[in-house]
Amino acid sequence: MVNGSAAERIEGAWSVLSTVLGPEVPAVSVRDLGIVREVRLEQADGELEIVLTPTYSGCPATEVIEQDVLAAIAAAGLGPARVRLQRAPAWTSDWISEAGRRSLREYGIAPPGPAGDGAIPVRFMARARNAAPVACPRCASAETEQLAAFGSTACKALYRCRACREPFEHFKPI
Amino acid sequence: MQSSIEVGRDPAVQYLLRIGDTCLILGQRLGEWSGHAPVLEEDIAMANMALDLVGQARALLTRAGQLGGRGHDEDQLAFLRDERDYFNPTLVELPRGDFAFTVVRNAVVATFLKHLWERLLNSSDSELAGIAGKAVKEARYHQQHAGDWVVRLGDGTAESRRRTEAALQTAWLYVPELFDADAVDATAAASRLGPSWSALHPPWLQDMQAILDEAGLAVPQPSAFRSTGKRGVHSEHMGSILAQMQQLQRAFPGGAW
Repeated sequence: MVNGSAAERIEGAWSVLSTVLGPEVPAVSVRDLGIVREVRLEQADGELEIVLTPTYSGCPATEVIEQDVLAAIAAAGLGPARVRLQRAPAWTSDWISEAGRRSLREYGIAPPGPAGDGAIPVRFMARARNAAPVACPRCASAETEQLAAFGSTACKALYRCRACREPFEHFKPI
Repeated sequence: MQSSIEVGRDPAVQYLLRIGDTCLILGQRLGEWSGHAPVLEEDIAMANMALDLVGQARALLTRAGQLGGRGHDEDQLAFLRDERDYFNPTLVELPRGDFAFTVVRNAVVATFLKHLWERLLNSSDSELAGIAGKAVKEARYHQQHAGDWVVRLGDGTAESRRRTEAALQTAWLYVPELFDADAVDATAAASRLGPSWSALHPPWLQDMQAILDEAGLAVPQPSAFRSTGKRGVHSEHMGSILAQMQQLQRAFPGGAW
């Protein structure tokens, strides 16, 4: 049997979602990553519906996140639940919460700057670009440089700090 | 042995398959660099871009299957069609070549897809517009990365320049096909499903001009040759890439892991 009113189950689901970590960024919850868009109760069948928006088209973590979310909801005794993937509006790194940004930094990943609408003028090669510097998550120096445009996962790029000499990952603004 | 499916010739389905197959086949070609790229960072970059492209292809093939009304899912469309039922332009099926050819082709295709996705944000099909909302951001990043490399190689050593010029000459033979309009384009434009690809030529050329200027390379002369992959008539390379992609699903239908 399912205990609790509709409001309690929805609220319970949101708290549980704060504990489900992104499998490829295990410092930040899926809620703080901004990929949980909505939690609602389907009156017809009494199922909780959790609406997720994937970060990248080909993100291989999407299926794992679905499974993790459903397992956590089940473990919390919140009753039957399902996940719906919603593509639009597209996920943007601007949806990462302040708490999420702090956790990223503490974990050693430089959080993304504002993504804006992304329609940047075409300028090729780093020397021609006037991008805002990425601050080192360890020593906060702005003396950093990009080593590789793509990092260990689709959502990150690889940087190094010229002040403290440490390499670090940067969550790409998108 | 799993037998083939047929997709018919509905213009809206063909329009979606042209885009989906472009992403699918280029994704497969980029995946071939895994373990072979000249530096580790580019090995990872190629795999990452392949992943984005295959993700986009999955969404597009799913949508094409829904509109096709034959109950085909993304896997059936990816693995069980015969060569003539793939509608990607020939450019993306050409062998990966050397690294210069790969980055030149990536710049050509990512620039093209960026402009296409930007227009598809306003598609009359809300599902397609939703796919575009995500994909346009990925295409911008791919274009930036490929463009950086064209500049780096074009404005690099004599050897890197020679190879990049050769790559441009080869790729340009297959560029006109991208912008040839036909009945599929006309139907898509009329229903506002998406733009006629011919309308993408001016903004595409402007971006390519900017990249090549920065690289110190000249825009090649347009070619009189016309490839025909968009109509399902492919180069000799298509059969072998499909054989590689399809072998497992054909031999073990529905196999999964």
